[in-house]
Amino acid sequence: MAKISIEDLKRIKEKTSKETSLRYGAASIKITVHMGTCGIAAGAREVMNSLMEELAQVDRKDIRVVASGCMGLCSSEPNVTVETEGEKPVVYQKMDSNRMRQVFKRHVLLGEVQTDFALARI
Amino acid sequence: MREISLHIMDVAENGITAGAECINIIIDEERIENRLKIVIKDNGKGISPDMVSRVTDPFVTTRTTRRVGLGLSLLKEAAKRCEGDFSVKSETGKGTIVTATFRLDHIDLAPIGDIAGTITMLIAGNPDIDFVYDHVIDGTRFAIDTRELRKEPGKSLTDPVLLFHLKKHIENELKKLSGNE
Repeated sequence: MAKISIEDLKRIKEKTSKETSLRYGAASIKITVHMGTCGIAAGAREVMNSLMEELAQVDRKDIRVVASGCMGLCSSEPNVTVETEGEKPVVYQKMDSNRMRQVFKRHVLLGEVQTDFALARI
Repeated sequence: MREISLHIMDVAENGITAGAECINIIIDEERIENRLKIVIKDNGKGISPDMVSRVTDPFVTTRTTRRVGLGLSLLKEAAKRCEGDFSVKSETGKGTIVTATFRLDHIDLAPIGDIAGTITMLIAGNPDIDFVYDHVIDGTRFAIDTRELRKEPGKSLTDPVLLFHLKKHIENELKKLSGNE
């Protein structure tokens, strides 16, 4: 078996600290916009754009926005996942700018899950 | 894809998935030559030689979430449709270069679209990755380099207000570059 080097350990440390930053105070809410080919073709960029516009209007350093790849649910794209600390992530489907603004204002800021657009809790 | 900038976003996301630290996006509009050239370079893990020859097959993908891989296939088709060319060069461990050319006045050429949105949203969604964006129109160049932006003290690339201004800045500079101001 290959020996593990200091570089490997450093890399693992960095990767893990990135992944766990959500749990340890750096951010308490993570919003993932799924940006695979399917998501982009369906309008994920505009969704992300309106999300950033909404975020610019509130002073919240604990909300983190990330892009990720396709979840495999291409027919329901654009998908957005909202993860609040201590709760199960909620996946929203067929998002557009207006839906994104509503989810941000109601779910992210006030904690009310928007069941009309929700696809699942995972 | 309704816009060339969406293709760019898609290919850039591939590079990010491949573990790239820096993505270089070049858009070269040569109106005199009647040619549009798009280059997306990444320093990710690269593609094996066996796979490079098959990447534009829509039924080939390395992903396990589904069985189709449409991103590069769609870009290749778009380029071919506009009397252009398409190529993927890759070296395992070094990175990948995707190049697509188009005839600039081809009727089937999609508009470049909201490239400012593409660049800023790539930065917003991937704050740990560096992006170098080069836009050349008839030899005049405009560039954005996130490595430069990071050097300025007190600025964070995840700040939505900064991204908003960056987007406006790119839009304005492009207007100047294309002479539509």
